[in-house]
Amino acid sequence: MLAPQGFGTFAYDFSHLLGGAALVLSFTLLYQRRLAAVIHIYALQACVVGAAAAWQGFAQNAPHLYVTALIAFGAKGVLIPVALHRIVRRLDIRRQIEPALGIFPTMILGVGLVGLAIAVVLPSTRHVQAQTLAREDLALALSVVLLGMLAMITRRNALLQVVGFLSLENGLMLAAVGIEGMPLVVELSVAVLVLVAFVVFGVFFFRIRERFDSLDVRRLDPISEERR
Amino acid sequence: MILPLLAWLVLALLILAIPAPFSQPYVMPAVAGVCGAAAVAVLGFLAFGAEASEIVVPVGLPGASMRLALDGLSGVFLLLLFVSAGACAVYGHGDRESLAFFPLFVAAMALALLAADGFTLLLGFEAMSLASWAAILVHHEEKASRDAALLYVGMAAFSAACLLPALILLSPAGDRIDGLGFAAMRGAAAPEGFRGVLVLVLVVLGAGSKAGLFPMHVWLPLAHPAAPSHFSALMSGAMTKVALYVMIRVLFDLYAAPPPAWWGVPVIALGAASAVLGGLRANLEGDVKAVLAASTIENVGLIAIGIGVALTARGGDLPGLAALALAGALLHAVNHGVFKTLLFLGVGAASHAGGSRAISKLGGLIHRMPVTTGCVLAGGSALAALPPSSGFASEWLLFQSVLAAPRIGGLGLQIVFAVTVALMAVAAALAASAMVRLIGVAFLGRPRTPRGAVADETDRPARAAMLGLAGVSVALGLLPGPMLRLINPALHALTGSDLAERAGLLLVTPTSVALGYCAPAVAMLVGLGFFAALLVLRRLAVRGHVRGPAWANGFAASPAWLPFGDPVTQYGGDSFAQPIRRALGGALMAALEEVDMPAPGETRAGNLAIHLADPAERYLFAPIGRLRRAISSRADAMTFLSIRATLAVMFVALVVLLVVIAWVQA
Repeated sequence: MLAPQGFGTFAYDFSHLLGGAALVLSFTLLYQRRLAAVIHIYALQACVVGAAAAWQGFAQNAPHLYVTALIAFGAKGVLIPVALHRIVRRLDIRRQIEPALGIFPTMILGVGLVGLAIAVVLPSTRHVQAQTLAREDLALALSVVLLGMLAMITRRNALLQVVGFLSLENGLMLAAVGIEGMPLVVELSVAVLVLVAFVVFGVFFFRIRERFDSLDVRRLDPISEERR
Repeated sequence: MILPLLAWLVLALLILAIPAPFSQPYVMPAVAGVCGAAAVAVLGFLAFGAEASEIVVPVGLPGASMRLALDGLSGVFLLLLFVSAGACAVYGHGDRESLAFFPLFVAAMALALLAADGFTLLLGFEAMSLASWAAILVHHEEKASRDAALLYVGMAAFSAACLLPALILLSPAGDRIDGLGFAAMRGAAAPEGFRGVLVLVLVVLGAGSKAGLFPMHVWLPLAHPAAPSHFSALMSGAMTKVALYVMIRVLFDLYAAPPPAWWGVPVIALGAASAVLGGLRANLEGDVKAVLAASTIENVGLIAIGIGVALTARGGDLPGLAALALAGALLHAVNHGVFKTLLFLGVGAASHAGGSRAISKLGGLIHRMPVTTGCVLAGGSALAALPPSSGFASEWLLFQSVLAAPRIGGLGLQIVFAVTVALMAVAAALAASAMVRLIGVAFLGRPRTPRGAVADETDRPARAAMLGLAGVSVALGLLPGPMLRLINPALHALTGSDLAERAGLLLVTPTSVALGYCAPAVAMLVGLGFFAALLVLRRLAVRGHVRGPAWANGFAASPAWLPFGDPVTQYGGDSFAQPIRRALGGALMAALEEVDMPAPGETRAGNLAIHLADPAERYLFAPIGRLRRAISSRADAMTFLSIRATLAVMFVALVVLLVVIAWVQA
């Protein structure tokens, strides 16, 4: 048990390293051009979040976090990526990703978002001096969430939107495990896992291929016009 | 003593609203009885010094009690309310379709007037709006009624949205629930700078939209004709006055310090605009009840001018003048409340008997309905401000106050007052012309329809109600002094000065420089002149009289199926309005005459179409409507976005929120 978790202690540095790794992987997600690589990076990020959860479980002496870590490793690091690979093969989705926004502007936007996340989180948690660890971690987690959203809107690919959503969820878990004494973390991770599974199955069952645009409600216009 | 009694009477009205939906015949007489008892109680309260009192009623919001109070100001308005409501209840004794809302409407208005905290005030104010909204919707099968009701309830919501923040701005910081009590507001420091101006703007918008002040007046000529007559009488006579009461209560009482003198100027400007526009519209409307509604706009404008002058004089530290102007405003509020109720009841009876509300379908009712016509004449002479009537007394006081007002301040204010006097004179002339048109076309002349020719006088209770109101109106005209004495406690509390020694039983002398007004003497003079003229005419006239066929404007003799002559050969409402429409309508109402003349040889009829557009509708409501449609069609497009665009919208909203948070913290 490493009791004082301040700046410069090993507990702080290591969890910071894991959070930073998740953030770097989020950036990596932004510039991928191939679907397989995207899924690999997502799996890697999920593993990093699982490692962060395990480390926090050790550092906070909170064994229930190991369950979260297990879910992150098993379900998100292995099962979901496998399922996604199968979807790509079974539906014969084009393996290239069509960007809606160029790589360079996307990266610039991402850096801006990280700056924003830090600018928001650090001053607003100013009064929580004791938990420096939580403050830095929160900034990283918020950055991961924002980058996940950015990945969702800058790609014209349905599967990438799903992966962006999953990566966003990784950011949420990172935030949840980083705060000491946060209640219901395990329940939260299970619930989110169910949600994520539904999204993945939804993609599979609705046979959404390259784009969500085929679900565009504009196609329903003739019907709604009649009803007016 | 009186206040608990009034609270119980209001409760009785609320209880009467329970059997009312089952059309019980005893409800209306009971309402009339309660109103009569309450009117006597308030009269006694005002006559014996009007000692202000406050009670706490153990009902209300969680953690708060309702507070009720009675003082000189609310007493004056309560007296008006109960007198008109009592007469309306007698008149509407046969009402079965809107019966459920009548006791509720009266009780809500009484609650708003008795309220001593912001929540109770708004509760009464909004319940009053909702009850009358339901009455407008009684004929919901007509589209015009539904549209009018929609506009009406929208304006009511707007007024609540304005009044609530105004009251919160006035309450002291800290405990919001207890702070909304009027006593706490009086004790708190008055908001200054832009917060003070915000209070003024919100109150003028909130109370003004309910009272029918200039840009917010559009609902009156639509909503009043749609409601049953005894409702529209009460809406016009009492409800608009409740709104004015709120304005006076906030600006003179709850705003603790005397406000800057310029605060009166916007009120005066809006009042003058309403007076002229309302007077003009009263001449142009084709519906008899819309004529009266438009004239209500005019009279509310005149009262607002009085309030504005009093506000300016109070800011300029001239309590005597403030008392005079406020006395004029309050007296006119009472007088207008009485004679407008009377006129609505009379015109309602006439249009019911004549089978139409259109001025061009009525006519010649004086022969079939002499009592109703006589009562309408009494009310109409007051509305036209003919000398011994009540309308003249109060408008004369208002004129005296505006004429005395230029000594308040510099050249700018003097110009404002000079223009105001001129506009008031125009409004008074327009009101007189509108009354001549209404009575001359709808009640005199020959019937225009077979239904109008066989119109029957209304039933006995309705006649009694109208005769009673006509009696009150004449008494107020002949003896304005005693009514001013009843108003005095309110003046003393609000301005620190009063008219106690200036308002005698017979003679009213508003200022030391002007001559007094002795209504009975004027009445005697007018009467003497009238009888002298009558004698001279009788001497000069041919003995006996013969009824002959009316001259048919050069047309052929009237056909057999029109025994009273072809209606188009009679001077009608539109023809009467034409000179005024051409002189003023073009500039103020965008009047447009469109003549559709068939070519020689064509057999279709020629047509003259008249288009009118209220400036408030053209420049305020139409752009707001376009803006609303534009926004909603933009928002509508959002339902058709692709999923990526939807996500992007949410993402941008989130980022903007975060930027705002970061910016606020920096």
